[in-house]
Amino acid sequence: MKFSVMINEGPYTHQASDSAYHFTRAALEDGHECFRIFFYHDGVNNGTRLASPPQDDRNIVNRWSELAREYKLDLVLCVAAAQRRGIADADEAKRNGKNADNIAPGFRISGLGQLIEAGIQSDRLITFGD
Amino acid sequence: MPQTKKFLYVNRKAPYGTIYALESLEVVLIGAAFEQDVSLAFLDDGVYQIMKGQNTDEAGMKNFSPTYKALGDYDVNKIYVEQESLDARGLTLDDLLPLKWEDEDDDWAEKDSIKVISAAEMATIMDQSDIVFSF
Repeated sequence: MKFSVMINEGPYTHQASDSAYHFTRAALEDGHECFRIFFYHDGVNNGTRLASPPQDDRNIVNRWSELAREYKLDLVLCVAAAQRRGIADADEAKRNGKNADNIAPGFRISGLGQLIEAGIQSDRLITFGD
Repeated sequence: MPQTKKFLYVNRKAPYGTIYALESLEVVLIGAAFEQDVSLAFLDDGVYQIMKGQNTDEAGMKNFSPTYKALGDYDVNKIYVEQESLDARGLTLDDLLPLKWEDEDDDWAEKDSIKVISAAEMATIMDQSDIVFSF
């Protein structure tokens, strides 16, 4: 089955990102294909490389970057949500006149059209939120 | 567009207290460009999103409720509101924005987009949808 995932909450504050991660990993290990993981609302905060969570617990951002590398996943942060919340790649930072960018490896920033496309192209789209 | 799928946007939260109402509407507007079969559902506190007479002056936030009125122009004309959610909050159809659309197959006659339905009917609509976004 070809599936996509939508993540609507940021790391740690809600369990959404954890649940999405475990679901995605299990589905991939079961042989299903992941079309896209789309981060919306506070979910874009899963894509900052500036997070330094305590070392004795899981590192949510790094875990996504590693899973993306392992399975060649398409992790997309919504551009509108990211702009609101201050997550930017080099191009976005330049475009908006900011002096820094903070996107984590394995993530890219794109429009909501990517979410709609994921819904159309996948057999199932699963949402993780509050 | 190669395939048309049934999209359902489920809204269960009140506006302004959280951003879900606004950002959900943004998905609907962007999604309109893909010419899919779109329906909106308002239940639980989501029914507050389409209430008449919103005034956000004191809150210092933009009143985005006028945007719902434009949905008809984006070919979004199936707006389902759950009866039980209205009842529980002491609201009626009269408290909601009069959302309309123009039917080009009926000489551009103006029709109501909102359909108040029961929770059981809402379940059927959810079951018939291909993609369900839940905000």
